[in-house]
Amino acid sequence: MIQLTFLEIAYLIASLTFIIGLKMLSHPDSARKGNLVAAAGMLLAIVVTLTLYQDFDSSKLLNYGLIFGGLVVGSVIGTIMAKRVQMTAMPQMVSFFNGMGGACAALIAIIEFQHHQHSTVTGFDGELLVMLLGLLIGSVSFSGSLIAYGKLEGKIKDKVLPFNQVINMSMLLAIIVLIVYQMVAGSSPLVFYGILVIALVYGVLFVMPIGGADMPVVISLLNSFTGMAAAFGGFLYGNKAMLTGGILVGSAGTILTILMCNAMNRSLTNVLLGAFGGGATGA
Amino acid sequence: MESILQFIGENMEMVYFLILAILLGVEVISNVPAILHTPLMSGANAIHGVVVVGAIIVMLQASPDNYLALGVGFLAVIVGTLNVIGGFVVTDRMLEMFKKKPKKS
Repeated sequence: MIQLTFLEIAYLIASLTFIIGLKMLSHPDSARKGNLVAAAGMLLAIVVTLTLYQDFDSSKLLNYGLIFGGLVVGSVIGTIMAKRVQMTAMPQMVSFFNGMGGACAALIAIIEFQHHQHSTVTGFDGELLVMLLGLLIGSVSFSGSLIAYGKLEGKIKDKVLPFNQVINMSMLLAIIVLIVYQMVAGSSPLVFYGILVIALVYGVLFVMPIGGADMPVVISLLNSFTGMAAAFGGFLYGNKAMLTGGILVGSAGTILTILMCNAMNRSLTNVLLGAFGGGATGA
Repeated sequence: MESILQFIGENMEMVYFLILAILLGVEVISNVPAILHTPLMSGANAIHGVVVVGAIIVMLQASPDNYLALGVGFLAVIVGTLNVIGGFVVTDRMLEMFKKKPKKS
């Protein structure tokens, strides 16, 4: 029990550093320190999860080798990429890392869905809904961010399909119908992976028609999406650090997106060409 | 309907938490100068990398013979770490650039 209390306190401290870090990041004088404060909180959250986290039903915790392997591989690649990138190429780098976060949230949802299949829940299945939303938002953010990355790198040209907005809207509708169906009829792997595929395609078509100059706004929007996806993951595990970090980025990111539009004297719907605006309401 | 209410009731603490954190996020950021928009976006990007904690929890719970969960989880840890490390390093580099400029002029 004591271990769990320590874990909770550490998550509390990590949550605080995220809030303070974000606050400091919004002032020119303290911005750099704010980044370090948030990074320290992140390190704390990861270390205590590795050392203090305990399973509910047993204390068997495994796979340390693979986890450390993953952490090392990710750190090395991440550092090299971030250090090597040209200053002018920063926005697409942010987009790329954002997409990785979205992928992480979607992958978590996929694994949890595998576990979830064995459980028998009657009535409203809140956990399944949280999983589905995490999967949906995470994968839209992943594919959308990679397209934004490719566009800014100049590898992908602007391309507008005929009736692009109509296609996007019907895909969104299809996703909503599938989620409702899954909620009513119970979990089925086919529908689950169907949602995954449509969400990935939707992310691509969502970003595709948007012009290169508007890309930072889109990246900021996708950034807030990933925040929400992370928050759904936090909800799933009752993990307060993930919840705070995720929601904070989700809401702050949405406001930042609007601020960026205002700075360009345009509205968000204008930038997205009538694609759905106000991402926060999607939660 | 009843079961939906029950779910909300069971998670009331979380729902409070969610709403307060949303308002906090809006509040924290409301006075940011335009020059800091991109670094702030990048910093926020690094912060949602906290999702890697979820990936670690998944891996800690996965049984060693569940190869699907192990493989997908391993990938999740890698991409999550990429998000965290890359995000913070990129933000730091951006802000470093901001600091040097006013000194030179």
